[in-house]
Amino acid sequence: MPSPNEETTARDTTARGHKAFNHLDLLESQAIFIMREVAAECERPVLLFSGGKDSAVLLHLAVKAFRPAGFPFPVMHVDTGHNFPEVLSFIDETITSLGERLIVAKVQDSIDKGRVADPGENGSRNRLQTTTLLDAITEHKFDAAFGGARRDEDKARAKERVLSFRDAFGQWEPRKQRPELWHLYQGKVLPGEHLRAFPLSDWTELDIWQYIAREKIALPSIYYAHERDVVERDGMLLAVSQFVHPQDGEAVQRLSVRFRTVGDATLTGAVRSTAATVEEVVDEVAGARVSERGATRGDDKFSETAMEDRKREGYF
Amino acid sequence: MSTTTHREETTDLLRFATVGSVDDGKSTLIGRLLVDTKQLFDDQLDAVAEASVRRGTGEVDLSFVTDGLRAEREQGITIDVAYRYAATPSRKFVIADCPGHVQYTRNMATGASTADLALVVIDAQSGMKEQTRRHCCIAALLGVSEFIVCVNKMDLIDWDAKRFDAVEADVRDLAAALGVQRVTVVPVSALLGDNVVEHGSASPWYRGPTVLGALELAKAGDWTGDDGTTTRLPVQWVIRQVGERRSYAGMVAGAPLVAGQRVLVLPLGKETTVTEVSTYDGPLDVAAPGISVSVDLEHDFDVTRGDMIADVVNPPTVTSAIEATVCWFGAQPLKVGDRIRLKHTTHSTPARVTAIESVLKIDTLSLAPKEELEENEIGVVHLATATPLVVDDYSKNRITGSFVLIDEKDHTTLAAGLVGLPQILPQG
Repeated sequence: MPSPNEETTARDTTARGHKAFNHLDLLESQAIFIMREVAAECERPVLLFSGGKDSAVLLHLAVKAFRPAGFPFPVMHVDTGHNFPEVLSFIDETITSLGERLIVAKVQDSIDKGRVADPGENGSRNRLQTTTLLDAITEHKFDAAFGGARRDEDKARAKERVLSFRDAFGQWEPRKQRPELWHLYQGKVLPGEHLRAFPLSDWTELDIWQYIAREKIALPSIYYAHERDVVERDGMLLAVSQFVHPQDGEAVQRLSVRFRTVGDATLTGAVRSTAATVEEVVDEVAGARVSERGATRGDDKFSETAMEDRKREGYF
Repeated sequence: MSTTTHREETTDLLRFATVGSVDDGKSTLIGRLLVDTKQLFDDQLDAVAEASVRRGTGEVDLSFVTDGLRAEREQGITIDVAYRYAATPSRKFVIADCPGHVQYTRNMATGASTADLALVVIDAQSGMKEQTRRHCCIAALLGVSEFIVCVNKMDLIDWDAKRFDAVEADVRDLAAALGVQRVTVVPVSALLGDNVVEHGSASPWYRGPTVLGALELAKAGDWTGDDGTTTRLPVQWVIRQVGERRSYAGMVAGAPLVAGQRVLVLPLGKETTVTEVSTYDGPLDVAAPGISVSVDLEHDFDVTRGDMIADVVNPPTVTSAIEATVCWFGAQPLKVGDRIRLKHTTHSTPARVTAIESVLKIDTLSLAPKEELEENEIGVVHLATATPLVVDDYSKNRITGSFVLIDEKDHTTLAAGLVGLPQILPQG
């Protein structure tokens, strides 16, 4: 561990020297360790990439874990069809510049095949993603899927292992989690079962933003403050788009907003913000009084254990 | 949330786990600690209050802060570990709130395996129970070197100082027997908040720190950090660099890894020099324990995942037969002759139980002869492995001294293993 006389703030990644390691270095090292362990223990892993900030960090860590070689797994985007255009272009640009393989699993295909019912043009497709994801895992015979979920996001996620076991139906059974001792991650499963691997388990929202600032990680522009037409619905500010139309009595307002999370456009709320740079976002997140999902995710508001219920079905 | 220090990247991190019997108030204490230090967001606090009303628990049920599963709230118990993160201006905390039931011992061990400190919770009315002893014993076995003991529900015994003194004496005796040297004992009411974050006025006779005060004063340090061995690097992954060159990736353990260090490649037994230590961001002169690096070696040996690169001075032991302390979680007893998969660092091998020597008696902290290990028992066993292990005693290194035993049929983890005899017993 760093000794007190070492420089603790300067970070010159090219200089050789007795660099002190801080908590972001430890979180980064831990995540890289987990990614290498899963890549080594599992036969066919995949990295889930939504274009959100957590998965952007995950992709950045994969670069650090495996370059100069290519990733030992493909990247997969589960596409609800209800996307923010800024996020779609970000996904394409990012994957193209990395030169990695992208699989797109479309909720629309699941609807067309009759695997799930169409909730209509303005209905949420968030929960439908589970079927699309599980079908893709079966089709490609994936035995591990990396996700950017963090334990500080939700009380059910706070209970989950770093390598989280899914049975042959893709379900999470919180009462039967495998023991997970020390750093001895156990990656073997039977055919048809799989693991979800969460290298960012111990990161908080603030850690993520401090790391994005330090590493200069690119994000979709909607994470930073911009002017946008929004309507207020169920206590959330929803962006007016082809998927969200003002309903009776809803007034369209033009506000300075940004997004704290990125998901299905019909469910993901914006927050009022003037934080236009990564440093300003770090300040804003440090002073926030409402949680990331509480402020922005309609899908968690359905019931007391909404996240647990979705996870049991096989959600991210 | 600390708003004064967020621009700095704090280094000081304390990992702790709650320890103790069911219903003594571990989750309520963590809820109280998080609420009173303002770690909870407004909507999370509202959700806890709403759930308390819906489930008719009367007052706001602080255990709901960490007991997030439906079944936990229905039954009012903790089933699995909840991890929570907190920060005060002076340090960051990773909290593992562990279950107290004996049937969930495997989950408690999961939470305690990466902890540096145990927050022991004891109900002042009943005092120490067998389960408290069992948990303290497991925590100490796993290498937890400091206890903060909360004698809880003091409000229910009218803050009786004599009763507190009696519980304190018991727990200090146990800690001494377990070899835990740093112990702080605090009288608290997790329900009302006295002596958790603020002292309150209920116990003027108590002059020690609050729970938060004790947590801030505790010795920090990462469990992967400096231990009693020289440098170890279990090889995790081989990175093919441009051209023919290969680098070996892994996480440093034991002591810092230095460019130019003379090392052994084990179990091969060949000596060479580390020519470069690097991360994706470039070369380093020194990498501390807990840092993921890749190294280049002077010689082109056949090095693969599962091998270990270690300092030539005081290297680890290469062996296919170990004596180990095992905490058994399997529903079926562990017997001599059983075949099982063993995972140690980045190396997996088939193994066989060649002998079961004894079981640890929780009440007397002594070893008694036994031929099988039953669920949640801790015992001393001998294992033979198909391929050699590169090990240290667990008391010297928590990374290279730990292993798990895995069911070969369904891949469930069945045991936590520590190389060597239980360190809590009188030695010699």
